[in-house]
Amino acid sequence: MDSFVEQLTRGAEEEFTEESAWDGSAVRIESSSLPAIHLPVLPRYLQHTTTGGRKATGFQETKTACFNYIHEALLENQWQRAAEFMTAYLETLESTSAEHRMAAPEVVWRIGAEILCHHSKSSIEEFNYFAERIKNVGVKNYLKVCLEHVFHLLCNGLIDDAYRNLSLAEGWRYGEQTAAHDKEMKLIQAYKGLLDYYNWSEKRKAMLELDDDDLAQFVEQEMHSFFRQAAVNFKEIIKIPGVWDPFVKCYVELLEFYEDYDEVRQVLSEYAYNSKFPSNPNAHVYLYQFLKRQGESKKTRIAVLKILHELVPSHELMLEYNAMLQKSKKRKKHRLGLQVIFTVLDFAGWKEHVKAWSCLAKQIKQILENSSKHLYWIMEEWNSRKDWWPAFHFSHHLAKINWQENESLACEKAFVAGILLGKDCKYFRYVSHQGHKAKKGRFQTMKKFVKKHSSSHLRASGVLDSCIHL
Amino acid sequence: MQCCIINWGLTDEGKFYCKSCHNVIERTTEVLTSDVVPNTKIQSISKGLRKRKKIDKGWEWYVCEGFQCILKKQAEALQALGVSPQMKDEILCNFWRCYLQKSKQAYCSMPVTDNALISDIGTDVDSEPERISLHGFSSFSESDGDLQTESSFGRVSSIGKASATETTSVCSGSVDGGSYLLKRKKGDLKMSMPMTLSLCYLALLWLREPVTLSDLLRFVLDGHIPYLNAFQCFPEEMKLYGVDLKIFRVESWPVYEDVHKKMYELAAFLDLPCFPAITNSCFLHPNILCIKYLMEANLPDELHNWTCRVVKKINVGETDFLTLDPVNKSTRKVKYDVLAAALIIVVLKLLFLLDDQYEWLHASFARKRNQKNKEECPWFDFKKWYTIIKKSLDVEQKKLDEERARCLWKCEKPLFYSAKEKYIVLKRRQTVVNLQRQFGSLSGSMQVSEKQKPSSFQLNWAEENTDGICFHGHILEGILQEKDNSLTTTNTKYWLCTVKLCNEKICGHLTHYKESDFPQSYQFVLNLFSFLLRVPASLIHEEVCLIEHKLFKTKLRRR
Repeated sequence: MDSFVEQLTRGAEEEFTEESAWDGSAVRIESSSLPAIHLPVLPRYLQHTTTGGRKATGFQETKTACFNYIHEALLENQWQRAAEFMTAYLETLESTSAEHRMAAPEVVWRIGAEILCHHSKSSIEEFNYFAERIKNVGVKNYLKVCLEHVFHLLCNGLIDDAYRNLSLAEGWRYGEQTAAHDKEMKLIQAYKGLLDYYNWSEKRKAMLELDDDDLAQFVEQEMHSFFRQAAVNFKEIIKIPGVWDPFVKCYVELLEFYEDYDEVRQVLSEYAYNSKFPSNPNAHVYLYQFLKRQGESKKTRIAVLKILHELVPSHELMLEYNAMLQKSKKRKKHRLGLQVIFTVLDFAGWKEHVKAWSCLAKQIKQILENSSKHLYWIMEEWNSRKDWWPAFHFSHHLAKINWQENESLACEKAFVAGILLGKDCKYFRYVSHQGHKAKKGRFQTMKKFVKKHSSSHLRASGVLDSCIHL
Repeated sequence: MQCCIINWGLTDEGKFYCKSCHNVIERTTEVLTSDVVPNTKIQSISKGLRKRKKIDKGWEWYVCEGFQCILKKQAEALQALGVSPQMKDEILCNFWRCYLQKSKQAYCSMPVTDNALISDIGTDVDSEPERISLHGFSSFSESDGDLQTESSFGRVSSIGKASATETTSVCSGSVDGGSYLLKRKKGDLKMSMPMTLSLCYLALLWLREPVTLSDLLRFVLDGHIPYLNAFQCFPEEMKLYGVDLKIFRVESWPVYEDVHKKMYELAAFLDLPCFPAITNSCFLHPNILCIKYLMEANLPDELHNWTCRVVKKINVGETDFLTLDPVNKSTRKVKYDVLAAALIIVVLKLLFLLDDQYEWLHASFARKRNQKNKEECPWFDFKKWYTIIKKSLDVEQKKLDEERARCLWKCEKPLFYSAKEKYIVLKRRQTVVNLQRQFGSLSGSMQVSEKQKPSSFQLNWAEENTDGICFHGHILEGILQEKDNSLTTTNTKYWLCTVKLCNEKICGHLTHYKESDFPQSYQFVLNLFSFLLRVPASLIHEEVCLIEHKLFKTKLRRR
């Protein structure tokens, strides 16, 4: 490596020194040390660029054509026609090219399932027959097909059949392949756990309606056995990094029913905080909800929502977060609350959320009333938004619509607009005008407040200039 | 069921039988292995029902026997299509014998085989000497029954050899499958599936049968001639596995150019003499083929006059040019059908220019004229012809494409490479059959696509056909003018498909056809003939270029 670098620098130096008296000797020196270039083999005929790889056989060509016909037929919902071509396409399972043969089962499974789901003459029996055949075409697909088959059964409300299939799949073994399919097997088991949970919750419902104590005890025992089966499988799957929301939710419900709160706490913290897991907002939501149920301190709950705020600033829990921050005694928290509510309103989904707007209005009002010490909080938030919020929230058109559809929303927004953009802004003017016409007392107070504050404080900072173009 | 007591007696027919259980030994095998004393006879007892082992093991057979079997079936199919019986019994049979001799597989003093085998034959006393002689080739006219009983039906068979090869030929069902693919001496021509068709076509050409190569290949594609899964015609005892699959399994349809090229290679390899002359009364003569294609393309009969003129002008109607003469290597390899199609296209270009302008101008002129004079013979209206042909061509092309996509390639008896694979292959086959049945019942109208009767015409524009308009009787008015007592085209322009032909040896082709470079009308005409002949449009285009270059030779040279 060193010598190579040396050679390079030396080469550069030589070139540099001999640049003035160029005779090509530098190149000659260099080329003597270069290895000879090996030219690639030319194709037999010059002008024929080959796209690489072997030419497809007639068999493959016709099967590709066949696939295209099926594709077309599926798009046009011609299930009979698709089935017709499918009979020919099935031969790909016997393709002589190993590569094609390996890929075929999945394609056949997808197309076939699609046809059987929609064909008028098809039935769940037909589907089962098809799935059973495909499961045994290639060992590699066995568990995947099993799982999808189960989904199909569940979609058709055949829960018992699905359960039976899952149990069968759970018992499947195939030599060395068994290990390779460990994850898929865990999934199978997890879904079986989900069905166990389903049975458990059915029993719970049944138990609540029972009057007979002996019977209730029996049902409780049954419930408990379902619980154990489900719990084992859930516990296994959530060890693997991944997004397991349905399993986690069910598991938590089971554990809470049996009052194993420590386990819940551990499971949820692991699910939320283990860095090996993909970032998942729901994990934090579940943890927060659990902590809330448990009546945990605000501090811990705020900590959870802080992460959620980073992940999903537009989450519906942000209002709750904001409220908690407001109730806190620390100024820093108040400021964070303002940030949270501003950010929430950056998202289109919150545009017409009265509560969010009233929160913002209330907070702004508070800041303005408690001396103008924290005015710069608002200004800093506003600075990054002054370019686009006027058009996004405070246009004349929106004022009209808001007023028509939801007067209280219009009021809250008008207040905020009045403060941020000044009393001359279109939104405030329109709404206050409408309010004046409707002779509503609260507009008068609002107007006064806005006039007092918007002109004196924000205009001075130059913020209001931005509304001139409005 | 095997009797363990060794107490042999001899039957009246001279066969062994067991004195304790009275089973007659039907088969004797001699095993030569290194670890046992040489020439020790191991005999197996076989009762009438115990056929399984025999079938599993199968006969010993040679690759050339397989091809012989296929050729026989192909010849029979051709005969059933109406080809003279001479083709099978005399011509093809002789060609085949000739091939075996030239490739030193039979009919020669020292056939090429594994050396071990030859020595075996020489020393083994138990071998059947009459079978070493070549008599299998009468089997061409023998019935299937004969084939079944004729256990060697080929060339060499010795009992001793079986055991010797048994250990080495695990990877093929045939005796010489492995070595067949290996050896490749210079000047050696290996028989292959496409080449069986080349051989068939040579025989047809020798007899000057009215079948073009494109017809032959079309019949193959439509299943009238065994090709795909042709090994099914093998007797059950001819086991096919291992390397044999590479030789006999068909995964692609035969390609026109490929079969055509191999035909000439074969003719040269077999040292065939000059073929019977193709005169202007032969079907393959361009003047006659042009009539056929003009009819099929629904073009006016009058055009024939013009194709004949072009043929005469460029001397492609000469017997010397058309007749296949393997001795004279300089002769061009004529593709009769493609030549005829290209001639028609050149004539269309001469008359209608096909530049997307002139032909439409003339068409509107002809249409107005036809509207005015409804009684008289109608002028040929290119636009009308185009719309009618286009409609029907699109329908047929779609039908053909779908038919191709629906084609089933696999036969009931699946092929497997080795015995190890057998179970899984059979299982997979069974699954496919089951699923095919399932989806078959869902496809509703289970159209049992009847085999269409083979015909040399694909499009029919007979006069009584009412839905399509027949242009055969239309006249070429408006584009011709009389000049010095002869008719010439009104149009005095022409455009060449290419100014310079490529070097076939460097490019692989004389021309390179890129659709977008050419006028739509020209593309359409090319595609029409490409459909009729089932060859790529580029092949016809190449021929068109060649004809043009002959036609305009003097003018091109002057440049």
